[in-house]
Amino acid sequence: MSKRTDRLMRGVFIASATFVSIIIFSIILFVGKQGVQTFRDVSPAEFFFSTDWTPLENRYGALVFILGSFLLTGLALLFAVPFAVGGAIFLAKYAPSWVREILRPAVDLFVGIPSVVYGLVGLTVFVPWIGKATGTAGFGVLAAALILAIMILPTILSVSEDALRTISRSLEEGSYALGATRWQTIRLVLLPAASPGVLTGIILGMGRAIGEAMAVQMVIGNAPLLPTGPGSPTSVLTTEIVKDMPNSIFGSTVNNALFLMSLVLLLVSLVLILLIRVIASRREV
Amino acid sequence: MGKLSDRVATILLWFIGLSILAILFWFLYRILSQGLPHLAPRFVFGMPEEILPGGGVGPQLFNSFYILLLSLAISIPLGIGAGVWLAEYAKKHWFTDLIRLSTEMLASVPSIVFGLFGMLVFVTVLGLGFSIIGGALTLSLLNLPILVRVTEETLRGLPGSYREASAALGATKWQTIKSVLLPTSLLGLITGITLVAGRALGESAILIFTAGVSVSRFAPDFNVFASGETLSVHLWYVLSEGLVPDAREIAEGSAALLVLVILIINLCLALPFRYWYRRSSGR
Amino acid sequence: MTSEKIRVQDLNLYYGDNQALHDIQLSVKKGSITAFIGPSGCGKSTLLRTLNRMNDLIDNVRITGKVYVDEQNIYDNQVDVVQLRKHVGMVFQRPNPFPMSIYDNIAYGPRIHGIKKKRDLDEIVERSLQQAALWNEVKDRLKKSALGLSGGQQQRLCIARMLAVDPDVLLMDEPTSALDPISTLKVEELTQTLKSRYTIIIVTHNMQQAARISDYTVFFLNGHLVEASETNAIFTNPKDKRTEDYITGRFG
Repeated sequence: MSKRTDRLMRGVFIASATFVSIIIFSIILFVGKQGVQTFRDVSPAEFFFSTDWTPLENRYGALVFILGSFLLTGLALLFAVPFAVGGAIFLAKYAPSWVREILRPAVDLFVGIPSVVYGLVGLTVFVPWIGKATGTAGFGVLAAALILAIMILPTILSVSEDALRTISRSLEEGSYALGATRWQTIRLVLLPAASPGVLTGIILGMGRAIGEAMAVQMVIGNAPLLPTGPGSPTSVLTTEIVKDMPNSIFGSTVNNALFLMSLVLLLVSLVLILLIRVIASRREV
Repeated sequence: MGKLSDRVATILLWFIGLSILAILFWFLYRILSQGLPHLAPRFVFGMPEEILPGGGVGPQLFNSFYILLLSLAISIPLGIGAGVWLAEYAKKHWFTDLIRLSTEMLASVPSIVFGLFGMLVFVTVLGLGFSIIGGALTLSLLNLPILVRVTEETLRGLPGSYREASAALGATKWQTIKSVLLPTSLLGLITGITLVAGRALGESAILIFTAGVSVSRFAPDFNVFASGETLSVHLWYVLSEGLVPDAREIAEGSAALLVLVILIINLCLALPFRYWYRRSSGR
Repeated sequence: MTSEKIRVQDLNLYYGDNQALHDIQLSVKKGSITAFIGPSGCGKSTLLRTLNRMNDLIDNVRITGKVYVDEQNIYDNQVDVVQLRKHVGMVFQRPNPFPMSIYDNIAYGPRIHGIKKKRDLDEIVERSLQQAALWNEVKDRLKKSALGLSGGQQQRLCIARMLAVDPDVLLMDEPTSALDPISTLKVEELTQTLKSRYTIIIVTHNMQQAARISDYTVFFLNGHLVEASETNAIFTNPKDKRTEDYITGRFG
C-alpha cells in the first residue's frame, strides 16, 4: 500500500519536473514557429538590417528596435553599475549595522515593485525634467534608461553584495596584515575575487533591462526612429510589440514580425543565461 | 598616498550608499504621497469609467487577486513537485542537467515573451480568449521557475540526518518527504511563495495579451472566462490608451494601492520570515 | 632596555560582554622566538591579534590597557594602523594566498606601499622567496596562480609575502596546524633562520613544537597569562601547577 503510493508520488514528481522543463522548449517552438513565418514575406536581410519600419507599406525593417534595445540596455547599465557595485561595497564593508538593517530590506523591496509603477514615476518625473532641460517633450531613450537603471540597481546590488560577502575573511585579513588600507584591500583583493559574482549580477540586470516592456513603453515615445538626442522619441523591441500587437491581425506579416522580435528577445535572454553558466563553471575550477 | 585614496573612496562609497537610500525613499514617498489621497472607498471598490472622471478600480483589484490565486493554485503543486524531484530524487546525469538548465532558461524569459506565448497557446489555440483563466495560466509560467528553485534550495538546506532518521524508522521516501521534509521546510516555501506573489501581482506585460484590458460588467465576477484586467494593467492602460480625463489620478491611486499591497505582503510575511530564516540557518 | 621589543601592560579585551583576556602583562625580547601555548579558547590567538591590531576589524571588541612596540603604545590615537601592520607582520592558521599569481602575491605588499619599479619588485620577490626557502621550487612558475601550490608551499608563500613588506616582528598564528609533517618541518626550520633578524611570536597547539623552536614560552588559560619563562625552564621546571598539568598532558 504505502509502497504503491511511494511509487505513484515518485511518478508525480518526475512528471512535474518534466512538465516544467518542457515549457521553455514549447515557448521557443511556438514563438519561433510563428516568428519565422515572417520570412515568407520579408527577407532576413531586410528584417535585421533595415531601419525602415512602415508596415502599412509592407516595409518591415527591425534594426531600429534591435539597436535601440541594446543602446537602451547599455545606457541603463552605464547609470546603474557604478551605483550598484559601489552600493554593494558600501553595504558589505562600510555601512554600520543600523544602515544595513534599513538598506538591505529596502533593496529587496524594490525588486518587487511593479514595472508599471516605475513607468509612472518615469512619466511624471523624468519625462518633464528631461523635457525642460532639452526643450523637447522629454520622451525618449534617456528617460527610459534612467528608470531602467533604478529598476535593475537592486538586482545588481544584491547579487554583488552576496558575492563580496562570500569571499573568505582570511583573504581580507591577509591583506590588512600586510598594511593595506581598506580601499586597497577592496580594490586589489576583494573585488577581483568577487568579480564572477559581480559579473553575474550585471548580466542578470542586463537581462531584466532588455526584456522590460511596460515601464519603457510609458516613457520612450514609441516612434520607430533611431534616437538623435536624449529627448527624441524612439522604440525598442519590447515596446514595439506592446504598441503594435493590439492593432495587428493574428497571422498577418506585422503580427509575425512582432513574434520574430520576441524570438530575438528570447534568444538574447538565453545567451545571457548561458554566459552566467560559463562564468559559474569557471569559478568552480 | 594609499591613505588619501582610502579616504576619498570612503567618502565616495558613503555618498553612493546614502544616495541609493535617498533614491529608494524618495521613490516610495513620491508614490505614496501622490497616490494615498486618492484612495477613497469609492475609488478602491468602485466600478471603472470609460469616458467620465471619477471611476474606481474595484473589479481590477478583485481580478488582480483572483488571477494571482488561480496562478498560484496551478503553479505551486507543479513547482514544488519539480523542486522535490530535483532535490530528493534526481541523480546527476544529463536529464537532471537538462531540467535544471531549462528551469534557469525559463526564469530568464522576458515577461512580454510569456505574454505572446500565452496569447498564442491559451488565447488562440485553446480558444480561451482574453480571460481570467488565460491570464492565470500564463502567469503561472512566470511563477514556476522561482518556485522550483526555492523548493530545491530549501530542501537541500535540510540536514541529511532528517532523511536517515526517517528512513531508519521504516518510512518510505514519500512518507519522509510528506511528514518530515516538507513540514520542516515550510518556512522557506512560504518565503518563496510570497516572493512569487509579489512579483505576479505587479505583472502587466504578461496579462495585456492574455487577460485583456477590460473588465466584466459584473463585479466581483468569478467566471474564469470573463476578461480580467488587473490593477497593474489598468494603471498602464489609463495612462497610455485611456480616454478618462482623470487618468493621472487613477494611475497614481492604483500605483499607491499596488505598492501598499506589496509592502503589506512583504512586511507581514516575506521579510520577517526571510530574516528569521537567514538567522536560524546561520547565514 | 633596548632588548625589549614588545611590552603588554594591563591588557583586557572584551567581546561584547565576555571578557576574553584578563589583565595581561608580558614582555618580549628582541630577536627571540616566543611561543604562546595553551588549550583552545585560552586567548593566545586573541592576544597575538592585539599586537598588530587585527582585532580592530571585528565589531564589538573593546580593549583596555597598553601595548608598546618599540616603546610606542600602538593603541594611542595618533598611531597609524597601516604603518603598524607594516612593521608587525602576520601569518595565519590556514594559508591564505590571494587568488593571483605567485609573483603578484609577493609584490602585493611592496606595491601598496608605493614601490612601482619592476626591477625593484623583481628583486624583492626573489629575495623574499629565497628567505622563505621557496625560490627554488617556484622560480620557473612565478606567473602561475598561487592557488596551484601545495598547502605547505602556500604557507611559505604567505611567509614570503609577509617578509616582502620588511617587517621586524613576525606574528605566526598556528602556522603549521593545517600542514603535513614535512611541510611543518620546513616552516619550523625557516623560523630558526629568520630568528636572527626578526622578533617572532608563534602561537601553537603543539607543545613539542614550542619546545623545539622557541626561546621563551608563555602559557595561557581561560584568558589569563599563567606563566611566562624561558622555554627550557617552563618545560623542565614549571612553577605553576596548572602549567605542569597542561604540559604533562593532563588536560587540553
